[in-house]
Amino acid sequence: MNLPLTEPGAADGAPGDHLLEVDGLSVEFRTDHGTVRAVRDVSWHLDKGETLAILGESGSGKSVSAQAIMGILDSPPARITSGEIRFNGTDLLTLPAEEQRAMRGEQVSMVFQDALSALNPVFTVGSQIAEMFRVHRGTSKKEAMDKAAELMDRVRIPGARNRVKDHPHQFSGGMRQRVMIAMALALDPAVIIADEPTTALDVTVQAQIIDLLLDLQRENGMGIVLITHDLGVVAETADRVGVMYAGRIVETGSIEEVFSRPAHPYTAGLMNSIPRVDQIGSRLSPIVGSPPSLAAIPVGCAFHPRCPRAVDLCRSEDPRLVEVGPGRRSACHFAKDVLDA
Amino acid sequence: MAPAAAVNVAQAGLWGDVGRQLRRSPQFLIGTAVIAVLALMALVPQLFTRIDPRQCDLARSRRPPSAEAWFGYDVQGCDYYANVIYGARSSISVGLIVVGGALVIALVLGAIAGFWPGWRDNVIARVADVFYGMPFILGAIIILYQFDERGVLQVALALLLLTWMTPMRLVRASVVAIRDSDYVQAARALGATDLRIITRHILPNALAPVLVYATITIGVVISAEATLSFLGVGLRLPAISWGLMIGEAQNYVRTSLHLLLFPGAFLVVTVLSFISVGDALRDALDPKMR
Amino acid sequence: MSRYIARRLLLAIPVLIGASFFIFFLVYALPGDPVRALAGDRPLAPGVIAELRERYNLDDPVFVQYLKYVGGLLQGDLGIDFSGRPVSETIAQRIPVTAQLALTALVIEAVIGLIAGIVAGIRRGSYLDNLVLVSTTFLVSIPVFVLGFTLQYFLGVQIPLFPISGTNEGLYSYLLPGFVLATASMAYVARLLRTSLAENLRNDYVRTARAKGLPERMVIGKHTLRNSLIAVVTFIGADFGTLMGGAIVTEGVFNLPGVGRAVFDAVRSQEGTVVVGITTFLIFVYIFFNLVADVLYAALDPRIRYE
Ligand SMILES: Nc1ncnc2c1ncn2[C@@H]1O[C@H](COP(=O)(O)OP(=O)(O)OP(=O)(O)O)[C@@H](O)[C@H]1O
Ligand SMILES: [Mg+2]
Repeated sequence: MNLPLTEPGAADGAPGDHLLEVDGLSVEFRTDHGTVRAVRDVSWHLDKGETLAILGESGSGKSVSAQAIMGILDSPPARITSGEIRFNGTDLLTLPAEEQRAMRGEQVSMVFQDALSALNPVFTVGSQIAEMFRVHRGTSKKEAMDKAAELMDRVRIPGARNRVKDHPHQFSGGMRQRVMIAMALALDPAVIIADEPTTALDVTVQAQIIDLLLDLQRENGMGIVLITHDLGVVAETADRVGVMYAGRIVETGSIEEVFSRPAHPYTAGLMNSIPRVDQIGSRLSPIVGSPPSLAAIPVGCAFHPRCPRAVDLCRSEDPRLVEVGPGRRSACHFAKDVLDA
Repeated sequence: MAPAAAVNVAQAGLWGDVGRQLRRSPQFLIGTAVIAVLALMALVPQLFTRIDPRQCDLARSRRPPSAEAWFGYDVQGCDYYANVIYGARSSISVGLIVVGGALVIALVLGAIAGFWPGWRDNVIARVADVFYGMPFILGAIIILYQFDERGVLQVALALLLLTWMTPMRLVRASVVAIRDSDYVQAARALGATDLRIITRHILPNALAPVLVYATITIGVVISAEATLSFLGVGLRLPAISWGLMIGEAQNYVRTSLHLLLFPGAFLVVTVLSFISVGDALRDALDPKMR
Repeated sequence: MSRYIARRLLLAIPVLIGASFFIFFLVYALPGDPVRALAGDRPLAPGVIAELRERYNLDDPVFVQYLKYVGGLLQGDLGIDFSGRPVSETIAQRIPVTAQLALTALVIEAVIGLIAGIVAGIRRGSYLDNLVLVSTTFLVSIPVFVLGFTLQYFLGVQIPLFPISGTNEGLYSYLLPGFVLATASMAYVARLLRTSLAENLRNDYVRTARAKGLPERMVIGKHTLRNSLIAVVTFIGADFGTLMGGAIVTEGVFNLPGVGRAVFDAVRSQEGTVVVGITTFLIFVYIFFNLVADVLYAALDPRIRYE
């Protein structure tokens, strides 16, 4: 089982070619009930100005991998067992703790799902944004508050100047998420990781937040990692997508290709589970069964118990993530068959 | 009955875990051992001393500890060791009566308040608020001051009046938490009466928090009894109580330390045992909070 | 916030009425002669008895008695002692000592309790955490009078570091009694802060603070602590009332001339009117500081402040 599941160099190209590269990342949780292997040999890369969507069911390891990149896993119980996370070619995991900390928010920042709980209830939103400048740049209190107000204006919070002294609970859900975005944006980071930034919001507000992120991206060319389980959001916003299942990346590729010709049965199943305008009336075929417990991942391909194509090989051997076309990878023994289906 | 049976199995599992955890906890083991000795002391003090605690001789007043009187003599010249041994009975009885009584009240009122929301719940909550308004010792002083006789029962009654509210809230909370749960609904659908639902399904669920509370509170009540007796509003002579002994000796403790030390140490060890056992129970029952 | 405070005040009214009625009922309306109960075994001159009956309206119907009693309370009438001196005067004269003692205790409780709680809360399971757990359990298990006499003996008599009685040495005389009075609350503050810190460390905003690149000392010392302090400061506010009540034992042991000592002495001399009068006063002080704590809570928690 210690064979690498990913071909060497799966992050594509030589180290340092990309803005952010995750290479063979594995994360475990040691709990009383056994070891949970939440992230297994995950690799992907992100370029400047690009949006990469990470798609996957609940519990597939999306947030854990994001937290590993940010260096904010709770350890214990979490432990990064292997892998590199390269930012402009430097491995963040081997940096001294203090340098790692200085990168957070400055180079890579994060937007969380539920802004109400992710913002501190007892401080004003202005001071929480201003804190970025105060801590990283040593800006004076007054100047930092001014910058906070500017940022709130930039994320289009109406009457921003008058709202810097308000507390998080005084904002609507959408406005709160804008505050989060303003905070993440404060120091002009090169990468923003947005972990389900719209899941907690109304549908109309969801679209506004996504539009805002894309606008900001156009303005300053940052790379966005968009974690979501909403296929619609992925289709509209991302350039490329990585599909996660049971802690692994099972397929990567450009949006158009993955959506039109999936190369993994799991992705294919996901595509079939959304109602499509051109298929009104035809039966949805959602994936049967439920994802495995990460404390007891099935031997062989983790997806085999739910896979319509599973054969003996799938029950014994875990397929590696291999190239199946230009810029496309799939972790299925029968990727070619799926592609051609 | 399947759902209820499942719950019972789950509870049996829980208690099994708890038992294993407790057997490994030194504070639980030592605490229960001390409590067992104290209980024996309270029941049959003659096992620990042959001397009559009330056989006194003023000539021996305040003599320090010696080979024939391990704890020395008190102001009246009575054997202090015998007095300290006999003092366990008041402490333990007050503790048990108050907490036992509080549990009975708590179970009845808590079940009523939780099971039938509405005016009953409201009245009980407001009355509890009033008693919460009384601090423990101050409230007990006022209540006790109204009794001509102040024995174990009177002291216990006063403390009981100020103790029942918290366990009542614990019981009520447990009742509310599972009143509408699936398995209570299932039992109801199978024709179980309200009373049966309360006694068979709801109260066992309240057991864990109430048990922790009760154990700790016995310690708190014993401390309060001693304090009241020390102040002169609790037990009175000729009763034997550690608090009273220290109260009687208070003008001499600077010269005759043994008069403070022995009843004081017994008191502290007793209170500490109950509180530690309660703490250990809490840790075992709610591993998250450790 | 004003809505919240108004609601709290409204909720306090039934408590006040209930408490006053309970005390009144116990003291004056129970069967038996209240004057005798108040006097205990002390023989009273017939003149005093008549004055007491008159004073407490014992010849009126019970309900009228209660109203007059509450009316009196509202005007600060807490009864008279056996020499005819109003209890309220005794209180006014002695309250500075008690307030100073309670304040000293409050400071000691806050400083030691907060430090111990922070240390234990951020290093769960460490040696220091266990030390805090063991010592707090021990501290709450020692009745105040036992601790008082013990410290008095060792730190006042054996090694004469502190005065053992009275207030002759100003603030210094309050240190040891203040510490003794503070012990139980100090242990509680430490435990409360420890649990609260550990709980708050699990909150999402802690993760956010880390993701912002804040140094760990700010993540804990600012973001987590500020939230945990809400509960602790609220407790400390309410505790001032508890400490004033607890002064009965402490002032008794250390012979400080405050209102607590007056109760302590009155029990001995069986002056029931003084015992009941001052204790009633202290109960209302306690209820009052519970209200203060509610207001503090609202002021500290913005979620309530803007309700
Ligand atoms: N502190 C922890 N202890 C043990 N297991 C954990 C812990 N945190 C996460 N996990 C496990 O890691 C797995 C991946 O969790 P993760 O939060 O990354 O899922 P996710 O893909 O983000 O799902 P969602 O869409 O629900 O956010 C889960 O199965 C979870 O049980
Ligand atoms: Mg997630």
